[in-house]
Amino acid sequence: MVLKILLGVLLTAVIVSGFGLPMSPHPQAWYELPVIPGLEEKARIIFFHVPTAWLSVVAFLTSMTYAIQYLRKRDLAYDIRSSAAAGLGFMFCILATITGAVWAKFNWGSYWNWDPRETSIFVLLLIYGAYFSLRSAVETEEKRATLSSAYSIIAAVTVPFFIFIMPRIMTGLHPGAKGDPEGAGPVVEFKMAPNMRVIFFTSLIAFTLLFYWMFTLRVRTAELETYNQRRG
Amino acid sequence: MSAARPSFRLFLRSTGAVFLKDLRSELRTRYAVSALIMFVVTTISIILFSLGSEGASPDALSGMLWVVVFFAAMSGLSRTFVMEEERGTTLTLQLLAPPGAVFFGKLLFNLVLVTGVNAVTVVLYSAFINGFVIRTMSIFVVTVLLGSIGFAAAATVIAAIIARANTRGTLYPVLSFPIVLPLLLSVIDATRMASEGAFFGEAAGEFQLLISYIVVVIVSSAMLFEYIWKD
Repeated sequence: MVLKILLGVLLTAVIVSGFGLPMSPHPQAWYELPVIPGLEEKARIIFFHVPTAWLSVVAFLTSMTYAIQYLRKRDLAYDIRSSAAAGLGFMFCILATITGAVWAKFNWGSYWNWDPRETSIFVLLLIYGAYFSLRSAVETEEKRATLSSAYSIIAAVTVPFFIFIMPRIMTGLHPGAKGDPEGAGPVVEFKMAPNMRVIFFTSLIAFTLLFYWMFTLRVRTAELETYNQRRG
Repeated sequence: MSAARPSFRLFLRSTGAVFLKDLRSELRTRYAVSALIMFVVTTISIILFSLGSEGASPDALSGMLWVVVFFAAMSGLSRTFVMEEERGTTLTLQLLAPPGAVFFGKLLFNLVLVTGVNAVTVVLYSAFINGFVIRTMSIFVVTVLLGSIGFAAAATVIAAIIARANTRGTLYPVLSFPIVLPLLLSVIDATRMASEGAFFGEAAGEFQLLISYIVVVIVSSAMLFEYIWKD
């Protein structure tokens, strides 16, 4: 209950301040956000797009951790958690992709440019998609849990290679990347104005709490479903 | 591998036995080899027809080579494990050999298969596709070799997963693609370098990446294989 109220307050604050606070080229008052050249009003997306991208990675790691736990303990409760985290991660991954693509249309001129970050989120989408198609292809519960756990671990092990490959193949357009013409993009690095930083980190915390809440809900429903099935 | 102290020599011998068993049954039927070669021939002719008399840029052509390799591998490499399920010999193999030996035996077989097929693919591709010129042969040879090992490593563990699932054929490329993508990207980049005539040292970064990819994938799949293989 406390969590839900806190979550409601935090997210409302983030939404209101993220969209509502005025932007000015020379911020005077504490509530005025600075204008970032090249981004202007479009910079507001950072409060919503970055947390979703962050959550799709967090969910992926959560899912993998539970997958390892499942393989060690062979308890289906871990598999329920692993797939619940993956399901949420898939959703946030789609959200991050769509919000990013819409933003890219207005800032870079096209919806998709195969920028390194776009490529990595695309790979993450592919992995989630493959994970769920594998799950739907196996009927026995234990087998499904084992195979999907093994797959998510293999996928998690190969993903870090993109960090080394991407910069060699293409230069980035994404704010915060090396190829950004402004040099300093408004991403997590501490080049953000202090008031923006407060909203940004509040949003990050709020979204993480949202993830936690949705995750526990999903786990509870999934556990009740299996309980019902066992009773017939 | 939980026995008191299984001697390494015994492990090697069962690995070799699994490999020889697969090799012998392949030589008898020649199912995988003929399917793979026909696949390569088909794909290359489709590329030839679609290019017509127009040439494509060397960059595009060096990428296209790996498209052929990827889909050829996807059409044949799941065979080793799917075959065991179809013949109903999985249980026997589980009883007779330790999981590690099964994995490395199958990996070895896939490695031989992929390397052979890739050699044929490369020869056919450079013979029939005009405009695909390799200027630095050393880079290209190393790339094809490392690429084959990497493909075999990733494809073997995915094949083991796929063989245990209900739908075998269709899911294989879907599951493999995200895993193989880092390999594909760096192999394509190295091939582009080879066709541009870069010095051998310039491709060192790609080779480091390929080698570490191979090591990481083989080690993690050897660790996971026991869970996938045993019921």
